Order: sequence, then C-alpha cells, then structure tokens
Amino acid sequence: MKYLPLLLSSLFRKKTRTALTAGSFAVALFLFGILAVVDGAFQQGVDVAGVDRLVVLNRVSIIQPLPLAYRDRLARIPGVTHVTFANWFGGVYQDERNFFPQFAIDRASYRQMYPEFVVPDDQWQAFQTDKEGAIVGEALAERFKWKIGDRIPVKGTIFPGNWEFNIRGVYRGQRVQDDTTQFWFRWDYLDERKSFRKGLVGWYTVRIANPDDAVRLVKTIDEQFANSPAETKTDTEKAFAASFVKQMGNIQLLIMSVGSVVFFTLLLVTGNTMAIAVRERTRELAVLKAVGFSDVFVLALVIAETLIVAAVGGGVGLGLAKLFTLRGDPTGGLLPFFHLPGSSIVTGLALALAVGLTAGILPALSASRLRVVDALRRI
Amino acid sequence: MVRIDGRGDGQSLIRARGLGKAYQRGGEAIHVLQGLNLDVDAGDFVAFMGPSGSGKTTLLNLLGGLDVPSAGSVTVAGDEITRMSGRKLTAWRARHVGFVFQMYNLIPVLTAFQNVELPLLLTSLSKAERRRHVETALAVVGLADRMHHYPRQLSGGQEQRVGIARAIVADPTFLLCDEPTGDLDRKSADEVLDLLDRLVREHGKTALMVTHDPLAAERARVVLHLEKGVLVDTVTAGRAR
Repeated sequence: MKYLPLLLSSLFRKKTRTALTAGSFAVALFLFGILAVVDGAFQQGVDVAGVDRLVVLNRVSIIQPLPLAYRDRLARIPGVTHVTFANWFGGVYQDERNFFPQFAIDRASYRQMYPEFVVPDDQWQAFQTDKEGAIVGEALAERFKWKIGDRIPVKGTIFPGNWEFNIRGVYRGQRVQDDTTQFWFRWDYLDERKSFRKGLVGWYTVRIANPDDAVRLVKTIDEQFANSPAETKTDTEKAFAASFVKQMGNIQLLIMSVGSVVFFTLLLVTGNTMAIAVRERTRELAVLKAVGFSDVFVLALVIAETLIVAAVGGGVGLGLAKLFTLRGDPTGGLLPFFHLPGSSIVTGLALALAVGLTAGILPALSASRLRVVDALRRI
Repeated sequence: MVRIDGRGDGQSLIRARGLGKAYQRGGEAIHVLQGLNLDVDAGDFVAFMGPSGSGKTTLLNLLGGLDVPSAGSVTVAGDEITRMSGRKLTAWRARHVGFVFQMYNLIPVLTAFQNVELPLLLTSLSKAERRRHVETALAVVGLADRMHHYPRQLSGGQEQRVGIARAIVADPTFLLCDEPTGDLDRKSADEVLDLLDRLVREHGKTALMVTHDPLAAERARVVLHLEKGVLVDTVTAGRAR
C-alpha cells in the first residue's frame, strides 16, 4: 500500500495516454465479450445436449421425414428406454422478422424426454385437452408479451394456411443456458390438418439406458432401417447439435481469428505506449534506483502499471459487454442464448492481464537494467 | 581531516585506495580516474573542483556506489563497497548515501512530501513515523509549509531544498552533492549552500560536493582539485574555517 502513490502517480502522469491505453483494452475486451457471447450462442445447443439422447434423422437430409411407424420399432430396440418425435413447422408470426422455432411435438412423450424444460402440471394438462393448444418458452412469452389464454395466429409456410393456437402453458429452463424461445404445439393437430406427408414425422429422439452404449446403439438403429425407403442417420444429440453449428461455417475459427488480430494489435499498441512511458521517465527511474530502490522493484513498478491499465480497461470492456447482453438477444431470435458467462469474464480478464504483462515486460526489463550513471548522464 | 596521500589512519569515514576508472572507446582505454587516494573523516565538508572531464562526477559516483571502479577500492564506515554485489550495493546506498542532484530530480507528479518520503518507503517505518521524519526534514530545509506543493509550484531553490530534504530524511551516513547550485541563481544558490553548511555544522553531516562555482567551494571545509583524473592538491577553504 505504501507504494500506491508512486504507482498511481506514474499512471496519472499522462492522463490522456493512460485513458486511451485503458480504452484500447476496454474496446478489445468488449469485442472479446461479444464474440464470446456469439460463440456461446452457437455452442449452446452442443453444451446443453443430453448425453443419453440420440437423434434419428432421415439419411437423405434433415428435411426428409420418417414414418411414424418407426416409433414402435425404435422403442423395441434393447437399450432404448424412451422415444419421442417432433416436426419443424416454420410458420410466420405477424412478420418474418419475428422468427422463433416452432415444433409440432408428440404430447404423450415429449415432456418426459426433456425434463430440463419445466411445465407446470396443470398447464401441461390444459395443453393435453386442447388440440389447438401450445406451450411457449418464457423468453418467447416475454418477447411478445404473451400470456396463457392468448390466441396466436401463425401463417404456415411449409404447411400452408392460417393456423391459430391457444397458449396453454409456459415452460422454463432448469439451467440458464436452456433455450426458452421455442413454441410447441401438438403433432396430432398438424397431422390432422396438413394435406400431405400424413403419418410422417420430422425426426425421432430416443433415450438410451447407458450413454456408454451410444456407439453400438447408433449402429443398431441405422442397421434396423437399412435398405428401407427411409433409411436413418442416427447421432448423439451433442454430435447432431455440433453438425448443425458447422453448417453455418466454422464460427469458432472466425471468432478466434478476429480475437487474435485484436489482441495482437492491442499488444503492439500497449507495448509501444509503455516503452514511450518508460523512456520519458528514464531520469526518474534512475533517481529511484540511486536512492535505493532495487532493479526488481523498478521491474515490478512498470509491470504493475501495465497490469492496472489492463485490468481497469479490460474490466470496463467486459462490464460493458455484460450490460449489453442484459438487454437480451439483439437479433430478434437468431441467438436465443445471448449470455456472457462468468467463465468468459474470467478468461477475458486473464487475457487482458496476459497482454498487459507481455506488453510491459520488455519496457520493464529495460527499466530494471538501467544503469543509474548512464541514465543521469544521458538526459 | 581530509587526505589525498593514502596515509590516512584507518579511522576515516570514507577511504579510497588506488581508485581508477577507465572506459573503452573504439578499442582505446580512456582513464577518467587513476590511482586516486582519499580519506574523509566524519563531519567533513569537501568540495571537488576541476575542469569538465576531470573525473569529478565519476569520483562521486564511485564513492556513492552508483558505479564500480576499474581498479582500487572504496571503504565507507568499514564496509568495502567495491566488493559488494549489485543488490547489496543498492541496499547500502539506501542506508548510507543521500544524493543531491544538479537538476533536483524530483518526481513531478509527487508532492514535496511524497518526494521526500521516497527513501523511507524502503524502511520498515510505520506511516506515522514516516510522516514525522518527512515533516522534520522539510522543517530543516525551511519548507514545512510547502509539503503539499508539487515541484512545478516551487521555485528552483525550493525544489533543490526539497531534494536536500529527500537526501537527509533517512539520516544517511554522508551526502553526495553533484553541482547542487549549478542550476540556481545566486540568491537561491546561497540559500542552498547555507543549508548544506548548517547540515554539516549543526547536524554533524558529512558532505562531498562537486562544483564549478568557486563561491560554492568556499563554503566547504576542504577543496580538492581534480585534473585529468588525479587529485592534485588540497586547499582549506577561506571562508569555511
């Protein structure tokens, strides 16, 4: 503590320069925070995937359906404990910009398959008894200010026509990263109203008794339906989610590339600033050493300055990123999990400090190696 | 008592023997100091004079442990500093030497109080004790009422007095003053010299001063002349005693 005035005086010697350097850290860490949020949003499906769930799709493509009859055959496979199915609906609510995922689900089995989505019993019961009933995630309900009892018109695109649903329940996620932007309605209602593809479902989800048995079961399921008109492609839910993200490109590589360029630039800017700051103070540092401050102290003093600038600037940037995420998904539903987790904040701060340390180490070493007689003579 | 013949009685506070300093320039050795002997007793006030390049500042640097000699030894209060490691020498400087520089060398973003406090940060003194020491040092140099002023708010003479307060605050064994009045007008220079004189006479300090100014040298008890790296004579200053 007794060295604090010395440390602060060094920092506040050139207030504008210190503010600009800290500002560079703030901008870089704000960007890092947002990139981490976007990465998290894309990875969220992978992170929350159940380890004991497999997804069974049509081998041709995800948009090709599978027969409803597969349900019972899947349920009979040893090691499979539960089966459900769903269908992508793809309707438009009021405007195409109001995107949210809509699924026609099997009301008898869906809830049991996804215990992480919590629906109160009475609401689930109301959903069961209303063919036009719908269950919506709490984030979705909040987004459109929907409440139970509201009647929601949706214009069908894949399944043409004007569809109307009654909101019978609101589900919430057990974990913060659970997606609560989905809209569920009854598959039997869809199957009854649609004029084609009757008796077909979008995909199956099966629960297996032992996650370690996943590889064998994936093979068994696909062999079961080999050489049939609708061959299957089975994956773990995690692999399915990961492949879904990959279809959009290598998001992580893009984020890493942008982040690396930003941090490398920051390193150069900060290193240069600190080198100038040390050069300007050559005489003062020499005086400190003359009166008895050690080389190590001078080294630590310069490094501490950069670390403080990095921590303050980085903290401000990450704080702003956090504030930005508190306003929710700015894309109108494309990134439902728009959240900056604590682990990313810690990583960001560690990165800022690492950049500060790296940027400060050379000027600090140069300051600590300064020979007093040379430094006092030089100026 | 100051001697330059190397026949001191071993009781001297500062003793240099066969002191030499050479620099290499373009493969050629430049001898700045050669075979210099010096004995200074505690309580002496010594001025070093000589033309530019005669080795005055180099001698001061060697005596203050800021530089290492090419030959010879320096012993202060029984410690041979020329044998010390860099780290030990740094700690020794903090304890034994008070530096006064021509350009004052105050840290511009620290107040007078904080500048004077700097050497005490290296001690184990409490905050209250440090405050007491700093206030005393500033009172000795007559700047007790300026302790919260920044260097830019002080005149050159006042800045140098703060520099002297910084040099004496940790009660060092001796003071090394490199052209302490070189950047001051006559009036301010006289005030600073009065102060150094008082520190020697009233507080028993030992002071070694490099100067070009004959009037400044007159304040010293002994004036030593350096020429081409050799101490050539000793003069007892007129006004001093």
